[in-house]
Amino acid sequence: MLKNLVKKTEFYVALVILVIALLIHVRSGAFFQTNNILDILNASVVPGLFTVSTFMIILSGGMDISFPAIAALTSYVTVDVLNSINYEGSMVLIFVMAAVLGALCGLVNAFFIASLNLPPLIVTLGTQSVYRGLLQGALNAQQINMLPPAMGKFARASVYTAEDPVTGATSHLPAGFIIFVAVVILAYFILYRTMFGRGVYAIGGDLVSAERAGFNVLAIRYFLYIFSGIVAGITGIVRSSMNQMVHPTNLFGIEMTIIAGVILGGASLVGGKGSLLGALLGMFLLTMVQNSMLLLGIPGYWQTFFVGLVIILGISITSYRNLVAADKAKTLRDKSKEELVNE
Amino acid sequence: MKKRKADMSEYILRVKDIVKSFVGVKALQGVSLDIKKGEVHCLAGENGSGKSTLIKIVSGVYEKDSGTIEIDGEIQSNLTPIKAIRSGVQVIYQDFSVFPNLTVYENIAFNSELMDNRILANKNRFRQIAQEAVEKINFNVDLDAIVGDLSVADKQLVAISRALINNAKLIIMDEPTTALTQNEVKALFKRINDLKDQGISILFVSHKLDEVFEISDRFTIFRNGQNVFTGPTSELDNESFSYFMTNRKFQETPYEGKPQDEEMLRVENLTSEGEFYNINFSLNKGEILGIAGLLGSGRTELALSLFGMNEPDKGKIYIKNNEVEFKDVADSIEHGLGYVPEDRLTEGLFLEQSIGLNIVAANLPNLSGTMDTIDGEATENEITTWIDNLSIKVADPKLPVQTLSGGNQQRVVLGKWLATKPDVLILNGPTVGVDIGSKHDIHTILKELAEEGLAIIIISDDIPELITLSSRILLMRDGQINEEINSAETSVAELTEKISLDIDQVV
Repeated sequence: MLKNLVKKTEFYVALVILVIALLIHVRSGAFFQTNNILDILNASVVPGLFTVSTFMIILSGGMDISFPAIAALTSYVTVDVLNSINYEGSMVLIFVMAAVLGALCGLVNAFFIASLNLPPLIVTLGTQSVYRGLLQGALNAQQINMLPPAMGKFARASVYTAEDPVTGATSHLPAGFIIFVAVVILAYFILYRTMFGRGVYAIGGDLVSAERAGFNVLAIRYFLYIFSGIVAGITGIVRSSMNQMVHPTNLFGIEMTIIAGVILGGASLVGGKGSLLGALLGMFLLTMVQNSMLLLGIPGYWQTFFVGLVIILGISITSYRNLVAADKAKTLRDKSKEELVNE
Repeated sequence: MKKRKADMSEYILRVKDIVKSFVGVKALQGVSLDIKKGEVHCLAGENGSGKSTLIKIVSGVYEKDSGTIEIDGEIQSNLTPIKAIRSGVQVIYQDFSVFPNLTVYENIAFNSELMDNRILANKNRFRQIAQEAVEKINFNVDLDAIVGDLSVADKQLVAISRALINNAKLIIMDEPTTALTQNEVKALFKRINDLKDQGISILFVSHKLDEVFEISDRFTIFRNGQNVFTGPTSELDNESFSYFMTNRKFQETPYEGKPQDEEMLRVENLTSEGEFYNINFSLNKGEILGIAGLLGSGRTELALSLFGMNEPDKGKIYIKNNEVEFKDVADSIEHGLGYVPEDRLTEGLFLEQSIGLNIVAANLPNLSGTMDTIDGEATENEITTWIDNLSIKVADPKLPVQTLSGGNQQRVVLGKWLATKPDVLILNGPTVGVDIGSKHDIHTILKELAEEGLAIIIISDDIPELITLSSRILLMRDGQINEEINSAETSVAELTEKISLDIDQVV
């Protein structure tokens, strides 16, 4: 049991998280306070949602860097349209609308990637630019500070509230966290409990073999990119609610951190390898480092520096471990060959 | 419709007069193939003879233009991959079509679960299916192992186990021995015979002569999309087989050129810890030296050391009586060495690059013009020269090298090293995966080169090849030269036994 655990990337990422957490705690004395934990969980909701769908795509051997653009575009359009009719209804329609728009954006990605077999990185690089262009050019998007009332209520809704005994400051676990948990459970169920999800692993391992085995490769790939679009749409709304504004550009650039987190968690860029848990731990590690810089009193501009460092170090370790594993497998193979000779 | 029981029981597959064209090119011009129940049938033919096309038609991947397919007594009109599998036809592709990132049990269970239209994945059921499958062929494997970590032979057994769960009646194996060692091939043949005893038919697609003779009950040979032979194995011998395959008669003559008196390469006490020890030999101008030995005997490692890719721990290498030390490959090329690797796909060729560029790849320093840029004209000339000299069949040297057949690819690798004008050429498995015609041609080329003064070292599993080409053969075992054998004084049988004696002694 322990032996198996030590072999897993997830174990090491979790270990690093613990070590860094302890370091921060020693320095600041504030890490393990409920407030701080809640703040980090709070900050993990948006990257966490993105991580789930991005992980699934990378697992299939694909790539999507258009999700921040989709999130920005869909949340802007949704809020703008609903504001124009003075929408005062529930959150459900807001989410549904953003999700549908996101699904359409994902469908465009899927068409070029799965039907025309174009390289995913290039396709989503292109569509990302198109979605941004639509937002800033065609729609001439500006920051919107007036949101439908439901979004304000959603942002204030708290699952759990903690008050700092010393300062009296309060921290919340927002309702968005429930959505994050729900998406994780859904993704987990799909990936590990359905043939469809095993197909995602199979495609990542060998696309041609997956086709020959009878997986509906086209359907699986379409699903993944559409799912990513839907998650982006929902995430855009969650984020806008939490910030109490819609901002057309401030999500841009997050895609690289998300992908780095996924790889840090043990996924392979060529697909087929990794686990949802690992990807989420990778994301959490990066979020935690980013967040904790403040606790340590490190100026903001050093944040990117240290996050970059963690990414490079983490990915080096993951790659190194993969190399060692490959070496070990080769030794094993040679040994079994010898045994065969001995027969 | 009247059911004719007698017919149904004898043949598992009958295809008749199959015609298939691709954009005007007739790949199959009315071929027929009958496979009896419980027989091992060999489909042989050179590259491009239509073997693969027929397999793809029988397994439902391609649609035939005309002709009939009858599987287990039932005429199949619109065959699809799923229909073919349901009627008991399974193909084991050359690459085995496994998922390297997944466990053995998932690899085995996926097909049948998908056939049953399962929605949910259930590990326990996967495992149960896999367990039953591996038991059918007495395949001893850890079901939780990741398939990518298995040996090539075990990957193949995973593919065979997977084929068996769907009630396979006919298993088509496409070039199943290409990546296997001799012992693995023996193990595979044992399993094939077991399957045969269970009444399962095997269609064995190959162009490796010795193997197919050993395993097959009957033969069908294709040439240029037509049947040229169908009948029991006993009606064929090496000579007629080669003739049917190529429509050419081959006379393999031993290399008779006399080594010249000039020593090109000498190795003294060369040692690389854990790989080979105290290797001594010399090689003269115009001589072909063979190296035999099992995989893991140190033969490949020795070759790599001679080529600067594996620095030895002890010992000396002399080229034309000058002691040399190879720091890297560029060093050894400069000293006049060339190396044609074992696995041309991964080590010898840039598959996606053009044929022409592959030929000049090792010789670019000599083709540089002003300011070290590549001299276009000299390059073109060089490419044309080698394509002519080695009679490489190319439509256009600008096409990627992966569009060529195995034999022609091997010629490109050969050309690449000959272009550097080496004094010593080391070849590791020069004709692995190459069809008979090309093999014969490559042998002829090597003999001519030696006659012109090139010193050649050939490492090979192909014992007749070693005996025909080389005058002396070094038998390697456990990293040492065990014996030096004079080719004129040995026979294929004797040398085979000496090498396989190794196997018994290792125990």
